[in-house]
Order: sequence, then C-alpha cells, then structure tokens
Amino acid sequence: MECQAESDSRQRTREYLAGLKLLKQGAEARVYQGKFLGKAAVVKERFPKTYRHPALEEKLTHRRTAQEGRAILRCRKAGIPAPVIYFVDYVTNCIYMEDIEGSVTVRDYIMTAQKNGRNLHDLAEKIGKILARMHDEDVIHGDLTTSNMLLRPPHQDLDLVLIDFGLSFISALPEDKGVDLYVLEKAFLSTHPNTEEIFSALLKSYSASSKKSSPVIKKLDEVRLRGRKRSMIG
Amino acid sequence: MTIVIGFEGSANKIGVGIIQDGKVLSNPRRTYITPPGQGFLPSDTARHHRSCVLEVLHEALEEAKIQPKDIDCVAYTKGPGMGAPLVSVAIVARTVAQLWKKPLLGVNHCIGHIEMGRLITGAENPTVLYVSGGNTQVISYSEHRYRIFGETIDIAVGNCLDRFARVLKIPNDPSPGYNIEQMAKKGKKFVELPYTVKGMDVSFSGILSYIEDMAHKMLSSGECTPEDLCFSLQETLFAMLVEITERAMAHCGSQEVLIVGGVGCNVRLQEMMEIMCKERSAKLFATDERFCIDNGAMIAQAGWEMFRSGHMTPLEDSWITQRYRTDEVEVTWRD
Ligand SMILES: Nc1ncnc2c1ncn2[C@@H]1O[C@H](COP(=O)(O)OP(=O)(O)O)[C@@H](O)[C@H]1O
Ligand SMILES: [Mg+2]
Repeated sequence: MECQAESDSRQRTREYLAGLKLLKQGAEARVYQGKFLGKAAVVKERFPKTYRHPALEEKLTHRRTAQEGRAILRCRKAGIPAPVIYFVDYVTNCIYMEDIEGSVTVRDYIMTAQKNGRNLHDLAEKIGKILARMHDEDVIHGDLTTSNMLLRPPHQDLDLVLIDFGLSFISALPEDKGVDLYVLEKAFLSTHPNTEEIFSALLKSYSASSKKSSPVIKKLDEVRLRGRKRSMIG
Repeated sequence: MTIVIGFEGSANKIGVGIIQDGKVLSNPRRTYITPPGQGFLPSDTARHHRSCVLEVLHEALEEAKIQPKDIDCVAYTKGPGMGAPLVSVAIVARTVAQLWKKPLLGVNHCIGHIEMGRLITGAENPTVLYVSGGNTQVISYSEHRYRIFGETIDIAVGNCLDRFARVLKIPNDPSPGYNIEQMAKKGKKFVELPYTVKGMDVSFSGILSYIEDMAHKMLSSGECTPEDLCFSLQETLFAMLVEITERAMAHCGSQEVLIVGGVGCNVRLQEMMEIMCKERSAKLFATDERFCIDNGAMIAQAGWEMFRSGHMTPLEDSWITQRYRTDEVEVTWRD
C-alpha cells in the first residue's frame, strides 16, 4: 500500500502539471513548460505506461528517471552542456529542469538548413566534439538522435545542449561507445537523407577530439559489419 | 486493369497470390512444419516447396478464375531469406514467365509486407513495425525509400520466440508463436528477464541465452510454469517492440502505426500497441494471419506497384539474394 505522503505528493503534482503548458509528448515522457521557483523550467513527466506489465513499468520508469538525473549531473560537472536540473521527484517520476528557452532540436535545424541549402559542416564538427567529451567521461547516452540535441538561440551560433539521458549509463568500454555512435549514425542517416558526408565530418571531429577514439571507431566498424552480415532467415 | 501473380517462398511458407488492382483474387499457401524441438533446414524446406508449388499455383489460378493469358506480370521474392527455398520458387516463377511470355519482377520480401499492410488497412503514411522470424525493423517512409530507424542488433524477435519454443518443446503446428501466445494467456507469474533497448534498436540474444540457461532449472524447481515463461517472454519482448516504435513515432512526428510480418498477428502485441497509440492519440493498423504471415499476394501487391511504375526484371538479372535490406529499394511508386 502506498503511504499517505506519497498519494498527497501525486495529487499535488497532478494539480501543478495541470496548470502548465504541455510542450511536447516525446518518446516516453510528457514535457511541460512553466516556472519553478521563479525560473523558466520544463517538467519532464515519465507517466506510467499502461501497455507494459506493472512490475516492468515500475522498474524501467524509476531507473530511467534516476539515470537521467545522474548522467546530466555528471556531464555538467565535466563541462558538457546539458540542462540544469532543479529537482527530481521519484514518487511521480518528474524531472524539473532548466527550460532551454527559444531552442530548436538539431533535427528541425538540419531540415530547415537542408531546404535552404545551408552548410552543415560546422554543426557536424560541433556535435562530434561534444560527443567525444561525453564519451571521454564514460557517459554513454543510449539514445543519440538529432531530436535529443537542442540549439540555444541564436541558433546559428551552434550552442549545443544534450538532452534525454534516460537510457544512459556509465561505461568505459569501447564497445558501448561504438554502439552509441552506431545508433546515432543510423538515426542520423535515416532522418536526414543524403547526409553521409556530414556524418563522416562528425566522426572525423569525434576522432580528433577524443583521447580514446581509435578503439571506439574500430568497434563502430565491427558493429556495422555485424549489422550487414546479420542473417535475415526465417 | 493490371493483374499480377506473386510467388513467395523465402522461409517455411510457400504461397502464390493473385492481385487485380487492389483486389485479392486468390492467396493459397502451405506451411512446412517440423517436429517439436526442431527448426526448419534450408534443403528440407526447399524440398517441401518444390513438392507443392505447382499444386498451389493451380489452386491460385482456379480460385481467381483467370487464365495465364490474363496475367500482366509475374512477381517473385528476390530476398531476403533462405537461399535454397528462394531458388526453388524463383525457378518456377522464371519458368512460367517464359512459358506465358510475361514480364518478370523480383520483389523485396519486406517491401511486400509493407505494401500489403498498406493495401489491406488503408494506412496512409504509417511508422511500420516489421516483425517476423528473420526480421525486426521499425521503418518510416521518406524521399522514395522505406528508411530503417530501428532494428534488432542481433536476432529477430520471431527467431527468439521459435528458439524458445524449441527449448520448451512447444509444438511447431500451426506455428511456435501461435502456441506460445495461447500458453501465455494462462501464465500468471511475471519472471523478470533481461530488457535491452538502445535508442530505436533492440537486442534479443541476451533474453534467449538467459532463458536457455535458466528455463529447465526454474521449471524443475517449481519456481514457475511453462505458461509463466511464455507470458513473461511475450510481455518483455513486446514491451521492447512497442517502446522502440513509440520512440520512432516521436522522432518522426508520426500519428500512425502499421504492424506487419508473422509476429504481427499476435493479439497481445496488437493490444499493447493499441494502448500506446491511445496514449498519444495515434492510430493503429494491423492485419490478421492471412496477410501478416508470408503469402503470395503480398509479393503480387508490391509487384503491382512496381510494375505500374515501370519496373521489370530482365531474365539474366532474375537471381535471388539472402540479404536484401528494405532501404536498398528505390520506392518509385510513392511521392
Ligand atoms: N530542457 C528543455 N528545454 C527545452 N525543451 C526541451 C527540454 N527538454 C526537452 N525539451 C523538448 O521536449 C522534447 C522531448 O524531450 P525528451 O527529453 O527528449 O523526452 P523523451 O524521452 O520523451 O523523448 C525534446 O525533443 C525537446 O523539444
Ligand atoms: Mg527524446
């Protein structure tokens, strides 16, 4: 049985969120926009997923909320840009964090840039550099896509912020870092057709910036090959 | 009016289907079923297909009430799949195309599933979850290609289910997946299994090896029943699939999901996907076993689209391939 304090806290959160503006329904959470202690904030609510078994649901949702908070803290300590965390509520699985006001996702930025024939080389270099620093801190993001990177305004300054660390974990293994890049590569190329060159600029910048890149890139090649050789039988 | 006949035999099903402008005229099929505990081997499967392909072809023509002269194009599965069964069916397609003097068309099996799903459900531009014995992919269309946003990084979900069935000696008739689904309905206890999602990708090999190691120990100690294991396996695998589908939808801004492939007729998977869709005001499209499971009409339908947009496969290029990615095909028939 849930204790009184917990159900009170749920009730309070429900009322509080009802007064905020729903900004987006993301891949696994609802993101609301409002104020937290006077500061522009977003609240990322991992609401219960009723499609999955309650035992699985509770474990995953709790773990991801905790992981997201922890990884963002670790990144920020190392000077890797991510939103400031104001408060984490483990009862309702809500993260209160800095609103990156006026930001766009890198996905939307690239789509507009492609339409307008703008060059994306600098952006690719910037992404490569930040991911190299993140991996050098042994943070594996776990869900690298262009939807999970924001640009602060003015967007052309390429002031990049990493978000959505729910699937992240800590590992020093080149295999884990290689898979992290592999996931990004596939998401990048399928979201943005004809960007092979831009993505290879990203990897080049990653390699130049990371102290430990060569075993990672070797693993990336291996994972790619595994993908290509995978049997499609049955 | 365009009539296309399609030949499918990339795995343990052999099917011949006839499509006339969006209408399924016939779609007979046979399945090669192995004893419990055994998978299907390429050479035995090819022998099965060879032994019944002509009978299935006759049935398809008869039921459609057409003559070979009414057919405009002969489509066959070019890949991906098992080499020997693919060859056994491609040879028949090649032969009848020459006998009847009709153009030939090699079709990507995965594209067949997608086009058939779109035809039957009327889904406009869905995020596609393609789940079968050999494939697990999350696909979205853009700029003339079915682009793969997520996939398994090791084994396919259907392969995981089939091999689990072999461990527990669950019968292969009508299919291991169907029998697991029925047993899962009687499961009560949820046994925790590894859960591995990497962005829009999934991994199933960890679950399989965990079960292969633990199943007999857990069963003999009375910790759980075979039904509990079926239930827990389904709950875990399908939660992973729904999760990556939702992630792709959020990323692509999509409000439609289409489930295709043999595992797609699992009612529990459809139910879970439906709940996810409701939570984001999206719409689910799914089909039943007639069209989810490999069949000839799906090859005919993809062939119809390709033929109408000007494709043809010259005889000398009418080979097969075991590996053939969904995103290799240029989709000339969509905007
Ligand atoms: N700190 C933030 N400031 C501004 N916008 C944000 C912030 N965090 C998330 N968003 C917006 O919400 C979307 C979903 O957030 P995300 O953390 O990626 O959740 P999900 O795990 O559901 O994908 C992002 O793509 C972005 O547009
Ligand atoms: Mg996200």
